[in-house]
Amino acid sequence: MTDATVTSGRDDRAAGRASASRVLRRGARDARLRGWLFLVPALAAYGLFVLWPLVTSFRYSLFKWDGVAPAQWVGLANYKTVFSNPVLLSVLGHAFQLMIYFSAIPVILGLIVASVMRRVVGGRIGAVARTVLFLPQVVPLVAAGIAWSWVLSTNGAVNQVLSAVGLGSVTRAWLGDFGTALPAVGVIGVWVLLGFCTVLLLVGMSKIDPALYEASQLDGAGAIREFFSITLPSVRQEIGVCVTVTVIAALSAFDIVYISTSGGPGDATMVPGLEIYQLAFYNREVGLASALAVVLMVLVLVCVLPIQWFVNRGNAS
Amino acid sequence: MTAARRSRLTGAGLLLALIGWTLLPFASLFTAALHKSGTYPSGLDWPANPQWGNFVDAFNVANMGTIFKSSVLIVLGAVPITVVIATMAGFALGALRVSGGRFIFLLFLLGLTLPFEGIIVPLYYEILHMGFLDTRWAIILPLIGLFMPFGVFWMRAHFVNMPNELTEAARIDGANTWQLFWGVHVPLARPAVVSLAILTTVWTWNQFLLAIVLVNNPLERTMAGALGAFQGDYGTNIPLLSAGALLILAPMIIIYFVFQRQFISALLQGSLKG
Repeated sequence: MTDATVTSGRDDRAAGRASASRVLRRGARDARLRGWLFLVPALAAYGLFVLWPLVTSFRYSLFKWDGVAPAQWVGLANYKTVFSNPVLLSVLGHAFQLMIYFSAIPVILGLIVASVMRRVVGGRIGAVARTVLFLPQVVPLVAAGIAWSWVLSTNGAVNQVLSAVGLGSVTRAWLGDFGTALPAVGVIGVWVLLGFCTVLLLVGMSKIDPALYEASQLDGAGAIREFFSITLPSVRQEIGVCVTVTVIAALSAFDIVYISTSGGPGDATMVPGLEIYQLAFYNREVGLASALAVVLMVLVLVCVLPIQWFVNRGNAS
Repeated sequence: MTAARRSRLTGAGLLLALIGWTLLPFASLFTAALHKSGTYPSGLDWPANPQWGNFVDAFNVANMGTIFKSSVLIVLGAVPITVVIATMAGFALGALRVSGGRFIFLLFLLGLTLPFEGIIVPLYYEILHMGFLDTRWAIILPLIGLFMPFGVFWMRAHFVNMPNELTEAARIDGANTWQLFWGVHVPLARPAVVSLAILTTVWTWNQFLLAIVLVNNPLERTMAGALGAFQGDYGTNIPLLSAGALLILAPMIIIYFVFQRQFISALLQGSLKG
């Protein structure tokens, strides 16, 4: 009797397991089909407003079209123009120059500031600093552009400070001078991205085991040594993120330039994003604008993919 | 003074300098906004006679009330739809693991680094043909599409880390896929959903390129787009322009200070995962 109960109990359990796995199998089959229904809305939005325009961008780039009259097939001629027209080449060059200000300075300065600040981030001052340093990430870039146009203008705060310390002779309209306009736009980029990089790197550094620093101090390593042998390798991933985000910001700069200089004086601060906008909507060169757009998108991928590869390779090993 | 103490002081000094540098443009806007309208103020000078009325004038000439309402409408159109359909797709890719999901995921990843300028030209003609040009839909619909790569990526990262036992337990209790989604997974995804909503709200509010290309009337744009038009109209009147810029900044800054913890963690995670 007892034996039988035990057996039947075991059978029940076995049957339960079998039916459970049947339920799970049916559920999984159901999910594989119905799961696609969950993907449809996102794919539709993405396809309609990103993938389709992406393909169309490429198609437009093979035509000469003013946006109204019938388009004329020109093959790769628009791409030839992008890579041979001196103005368009200088526009691409400006994007790379902006990388110095948007990427190199915020990342390097951010590393230095973060490693010095590492010791004081605790407590109230750290929390306040975080909030303030992130402010540029929240405000519209347009507003940043307006504020900085004013700060860098003839009567602005920068010139006021320079005059006060006896450097009145170097004051100028920083955004209106051929020699200083692009670096001045770059300074706005530093303002937008420095706080972001600093906080991100600080968070990375706060995860480093303090024992590592104690050990290196026992070995008599100085601050510089410590930075290169412990801090820098430990925040490799965060550096990768900073570089990726800032390189994309540099190559696709638009809002700041549109507001602060509109590409001027002359073409001194013209960048690809603004050139695409003007070519397509003011010069009616839709084909050429699209070719430049395709070049810009490829350029972003060419710059970002190696960074990603480099960072991820470090994780795998 | 010990070396440790000195390095602490250096750190604090550097921090204060960085805070000052970050606040400089805001301070400069503020002092300029208090000067007499139409005059040329100088740098950071505090005016002898602060003109607080400039804020009222700027509010009126820029139709700030209308612009604010327009921005809110655009956010209400774009953000909820983005969050719902990105969550559904993230669920399909991360929890259900539909067949062919890897390829679809890579397709979404492709858009993660895309600069908006890359597709703005065909987008203009597409929106023109759809008949949405110069309406708020011209901003809302493309934004939903453009948010998909990040949104799907973000939500998938959440669902992929959920234990599979959760799904199996719900299945054994007889839940179908839809019930599994709404009843089990969505409530648990709350933090990820909130972060996504915050990020997309900020990005929508600050969207400039789509606004100036696709909507001619500044009163139907986002705050950022309207500010661009305001600068065009009042660019030479520094006090009024500064007051207007500060007013347009105010709502986002207030929301930021109220929800700063959520904002900062969302922005940090958002960039780390992205």
